[in-house]
Amino acid sequence: MNTPPPPLSDAPEPDNAADLAAPARNRAAARLLPATRFAGPIPWVIAILIALVVIAAAGGLALKNLATSASADLSAAVTVQVIEPNPDLRAARGADAVRVLTAIDGVRAVRLVPEAELVALLEPWLGEGAASGDVPIPALIDVELSRSAAPDDVARIAAALEQTVPGARVDAQSDWLQPVYRALSALQWLALGLIALVALATAAAVWLAARNAFAGARDTVEIIHLLGATDRQISAVFLRTVLREAAFGAVVGAGLGMAAVLLLGQQFAALDSGLTSGGGFGLAEWLVIAAVPLVGVLIALLTARITIALALKDML
Amino acid sequence: MNDRLAGHVKFDNVGLRYGTDPEVLSNLSFTLYPGSFYFLTGASGAGKTSLLKLLYLAQRPSRGAIRMFGQDLITMPRERLPDLRRRLGVVFQNFRLVPHLTAFDNVALPLRLAGADEKRVVKAVAEMLDWVGLTHRAHAIPATLSGGEQQRVAIARAVIARPQMLIADEPTGNVDPEMALKLLRLFEALNNRVGTTVVVATHDVHLLKKVPDSLIMRLNKGQLSDPTGALRYPPRPAASSEIGA
Repeated sequence: MNTPPPPLSDAPEPDNAADLAAPARNRAAARLLPATRFAGPIPWVIAILIALVVIAAAGGLALKNLATSASADLSAAVTVQVIEPNPDLRAARGADAVRVLTAIDGVRAVRLVPEAELVALLEPWLGEGAASGDVPIPALIDVELSRSAAPDDVARIAAALEQTVPGARVDAQSDWLQPVYRALSALQWLALGLIALVALATAAAVWLAARNAFAGARDTVEIIHLLGATDRQISAVFLRTVLREAAFGAVVGAGLGMAAVLLLGQQFAALDSGLTSGGGFGLAEWLVIAAVPLVGVLIALLTARITIALALKDML
Repeated sequence: MNDRLAGHVKFDNVGLRYGTDPEVLSNLSFTLYPGSFYFLTGASGAGKTSLLKLLYLAQRPSRGAIRMFGQDLITMPRERLPDLRRRLGVVFQNFRLVPHLTAFDNVALPLRLAGADEKRVVKAVAEMLDWVGLTHRAHAIPATLSGGEQQRVAIARAVIARPQMLIADEPTGNVDPEMALKLLRLFEALNNRVGTTVVVATHDVHLLKKVPDSLIMRLNKGQLSDPTGALRYPPRPAASSEIGA
C-alpha cells in the first residue's frame, strides 16, 4: 500500500482542522457508499424463507427421531400368532408356544397377550362381536429378542414352534412398519428438498438485491474504483449492508420459525401418542435449528460477494 | 531501468477503438518523462478524453503497448491496477465527485483508500481545502456547491495524495481566470517541488503560455502530431516546446 506523501507545505495544521474533521469522525458521513438498503421487502423475504427452512428442518428432524425411536422400539420385537378356532385348545396351544419360546436361545422376554386386551384392541373395528366369540381370535404372543430380529431369527423361531405348535405364524414387528418407515423417509427427503429449494430462493433474492444495489451505486463505485479502491474495499462496503439486512431477516425468520415449531410441538405432545412422542428434540436438534439462520446469513454473504465480484470484473 | 530513464509512461503504437467502431486513437507513440509538464490540446472529438482514459487506467488499448511506472499495462492483471491508480491523481472532465460525501470527505477519499492515518488525513485535507479556498464549504455536499467550487474540490482530491502523475481534463474550465491561474500554480508547485508529472488537457490557449517549461501534445483526429519527435525523444531536462503547431 502506498504511503501518502508529505503535505505540500510545511505549514502548521490549520486552527480549524478539528472542526473540519467533524464529518470524518462521523463514520456514517465518511462512508464510501451511501447507506444503500436492499430494495424494501428483501429482509422480510429473507425472514420468510428462513422461517420456512426452520419449520422444514424441524419437521425433518422430528420425522428422523420418530423413525429412529419406532425402529429401536420394534426392531427386537417378534409376534407369534397361534390360529385355533377352539378357545380351549387355543389357550393350551398358546401356553405350549410360550414354553417353547422361553427356551429358545436369544429370547429375552415372552408375553402371552391376555384375551381381554386383544378384545379391547379389536373392539373399535369389530364392535361387540369381538367379545362374543363368534369371530375366532388368534392367541397372540409378544416376543422380545436380545437383538434386532433378523430373518434368520424369525425362521429359527418358526422352526422351533413347528413341532409343538404347527401352523403358528411368526412375524417380525418391524416388517409391518416398513411402509411407515418408507413414508417417513420420503417425508425427510421432501423436507431436505424443500430446504435446498428455499436456500436457492434465498440466494436468488440476495443476488437480485445485490445487483440492484450495485447498479444504484455504480457511478460512485466507478469513481472510487478509479481513485484506487480495490475490489475487496468495494465489496466490503456492500457486504456490510448485506450482513446487516440478512442478519435482520435471519433473526426475525428464525424467531417466527421457532415459534411455529414450538406451537406444533405442543399440539403433537397433546396427542399423547406413542408414535409422536418419539419425535421430540434434544440439544443436538435445537443446535441444528439454531444453525439455520447462521447458514442463511452465510449464503446471503457468499451470494452477494460473488455477485459484486462479477459486477466489478466488468470494470477494468 | 528506472522511471527517470524509462519515463513514467511509454506508449508504443497504441490504438483504441470502442466496440467495432473505427479507431478513435491511432498509432500513438510517445514517452512522458517524470517531472515534466504536458498540455494536451486538440479540437473537440480529437480523442483527448480517450487518451486520458488510457492514462488514468479506465480503459485498456485495443492494440499496442503501454508501460507505466516501469510496468506493462497490457499484461498486468486487474488486481494490481489499484496500486498503480493510487500513484495517479485525476481531475475528471465533469468532476465526478461522490454525491453523498461532503467536500471534506471527497478530498479525503484517496488518502482513506490508501489506508492513511486519520490524523494525517485531517491535516492534509484541511490544508488542501484552505489552498483551494473552500475551508468554509468543507461540510457542503457537491449538489450545494457551484460548478467552480466542485471543480476545486475535484482538483484538491486529485492532488491530496501527491500523485506521481497528475492527469487533468479541462481543470480550469469552470473557474474564473484568477482561480485558474491559482490552480495552475498549484500544479506547477506539484511539478516543481514534488516532481509530479502533469498532463493537462485544455482548450484554453492562454493557459499554455502560463507554464513556460511545458510540452504541448496536439491531437488531431486520434493522431498525435509530433513533427519534431520531442514527445518520443524529449530533451532532458524538460524544455519549452510546442509540438505539432
